[in-house]
Amino acid sequence: MTQSHNDRSQDFGQALPGIIKRSLFTVAIAAIIFVPTLLLRTQASQATNTLFILYRWEFFAIGCAFILLWRVIYEIRAWQNAHGPRKVSARPQAQENRFAPYVGPVLLIAAILMPFMPFTDRYILDIGILIITYVMLGWGLQIVVGLAGLLDLGYVAFYAVGAYSYALLAEHFGFGFWICLPLAGVFAATWGVILGFPVLRLRGDYLAIVTLAFGEIIRVVLLNWRDFTGGSNGLSNIPRPSFFGIPFSQGPDGFAATFGLEFSSLQRMGFLYFLILALALLTFYISSRLRKLPMGRAWEALREDEIACRSLGLNTINTKLSAFAIGAMFGGFAGSFFAAKQAFISPESFNFMESATILAIVVLGGMSSQLGVVFSSIAMVGGIEALRQLQFLKAIFGNDFDPSSLRLLFFGLAMVIVMLWRPRGFVSSRVPTVFFREKKSVGSSMISQGRG
Amino acid sequence: MTKPLLTVKDLTMRFGGLVAVDHFSFEAQSGHITAIIGPNGAGKTTAFNCITGFYKPSGGSVTLHHPSRGNFSLEAMEDHKISRIAKVARTFQNIRLFGGMTVLENLMISQHNELMRASMFSIAGIFGLPSYRRAEKEAIEKSMAWLERIGIADKADEAAAALPYGQQRKLEIVRALCTDPVLLCLDEPAAGLNPKESDDLGVFLREIRDKDHVGILLIEHDMSVVMEISDHIVVLDYGRKISDGTPTHVRNDAAVIKAYLGVDE
Repeated sequence: MTQSHNDRSQDFGQALPGIIKRSLFTVAIAAIIFVPTLLLRTQASQATNTLFILYRWEFFAIGCAFILLWRVIYEIRAWQNAHGPRKVSARPQAQENRFAPYVGPVLLIAAILMPFMPFTDRYILDIGILIITYVMLGWGLQIVVGLAGLLDLGYVAFYAVGAYSYALLAEHFGFGFWICLPLAGVFAATWGVILGFPVLRLRGDYLAIVTLAFGEIIRVVLLNWRDFTGGSNGLSNIPRPSFFGIPFSQGPDGFAATFGLEFSSLQRMGFLYFLILALALLTFYISSRLRKLPMGRAWEALREDEIACRSLGLNTINTKLSAFAIGAMFGGFAGSFFAAKQAFISPESFNFMESATILAIVVLGGMSSQLGVVFSSIAMVGGIEALRQLQFLKAIFGNDFDPSSLRLLFFGLAMVIVMLWRPRGFVSSRVPTVFFREKKSVGSSMISQGRG
Repeated sequence: MTKPLLTVKDLTMRFGGLVAVDHFSFEAQSGHITAIIGPNGAGKTTAFNCITGFYKPSGGSVTLHHPSRGNFSLEAMEDHKISRIAKVARTFQNIRLFGGMTVLENLMISQHNELMRASMFSIAGIFGLPSYRRAEKEAIEKSMAWLERIGIADKADEAAAALPYGQQRKLEIVRALCTDPVLLCLDEPAAGLNPKESDDLGVFLREIRDKDHVGILLIEHDMSVVMEISDHIVVLDYGRKISDGTPTHVRNDAAVIKAYLGVDE
């Protein structure tokens, strides 16, 4: 034991000069690149109307230090891989976590208690609503992308259909939120089938491009059909949802007066929070039930091997269309909630960035884990918000430094790191839908990612 | 002679100018193991794909005489209907299991259509009605009975991709059998198996033929398996049938020997 340990430290001693040499070489190259990019900065002087050069040694030093650190870590990792004990790379069975069964209930209780916490203000409630909306959208898209393996880059189209369904039905027919909610789901599901038909024969990249185009078509139609959708001005004065008929207004018929409470605009926010929480839980319930039913199993089989599905008598057309329709339906529900919450919608809210965010949530969370989607929504939506709190960096870099401009840069960096660390998302294993003796998770190396 | 289970008549498949299968006719009897053999590229798998609906044949007819449901013209049916309605099941030359799903889930998928009806297209399932739960329980029992027969019941909850190769082959056959077929089409079931596993497979296939009364149509290169278990052998070469008969007949047929070994000039 000591013998081998000595051998290893001797080996490392021999490798050390090489590691130092290569690290310094890397830093030297980085330094050359950093001279024009980080070190030198030209600035126009207002007073003399000339250009002069600013030397930003601190940026230069941080950049070089960062590269040095990265290279040393890389070298040590490489040495460990070559000399260290062999690691088993492919795990057929996912490791079971003792705490895994409690994570979901704890998160749910935390979500229910959150609005009653003393620190909760309008801002936190707003972010909570946003996160839960994305959780719901993530669960909806997960049916299409994660279970059925159909890459959909235009999911926001269904969100838009749901939002405009509510806005237009309320405007023209005076329908309330509770009637419009199921109708919005039905309309979105119909559009899911309409999208599904032309893309039935497409796979992989081609499917992704057509769904991307579909998302854009919906947005462009909403933008240009001015008579119907209001064009870029959007639709405003969308009625807000009431508490089973009791509006959140200040008058004697309002929610506060009816229940003998003091009027506060937070009451409506709290109601919206619980509304989206209930909708998200409905989504969770239905989609997790469906996953365990023949329909959901067929979606997963479709992702694993479409040809084998057909040989076993599965109608793959119906299977794909049902995945598109049900995924879209939840998008529609979330959309009508969005319209009700904002009371104003315009095509700007339904651009490609939204689709990309929802897809990123599903991919980051793990394609077949509903809990993973919750984590990734918190990380993505909450993370972007948390990065607004970077004012302390001003203390380090001085008052000219604007941390908010680097927000998305940090965020992108964090995402790259997370995907390197967990290439198949936060929760990559798959829980079987049915079991005989023991429920064993399936490791990510076995699971097909689907080819569209 | 009773009515054949499968009648293939003048089956032709062209890919552009290439004629992969050329006026191929044969019959497969129920309760028989019929083998299609031939050198590489003879058109065996193409013929198989035409029979199971994965290709639409350029010409000819494929008729299945189902003992209780009547006749089906397979050449005009969609692939999933051939499995669901005409009850013809198949396996693939390169194993096509649902690797990320467990062994049991693989067998549940092949009972999809019955379960889908039992769940009333998910409505009964979502509310967890007892009728669906009963149907699911029966489906699990049926799956487990098949797994017992191939001796991997203890692996029911493992991922299919984690099984050893030989067991994956068997599982694929059992998955096809779970659709309750009258005709089972096996594309090179013994490929990659060791001699012991090939022997086991032969015993298992004969058991299916005799006990479960499923007609078997198989493509195979392993001549020891073919000669041992087949009741009837059809030989293809360059898309044409060159011989048709019992194993003894085919073994001594000059045309077959020529196709496989060549002849002295």
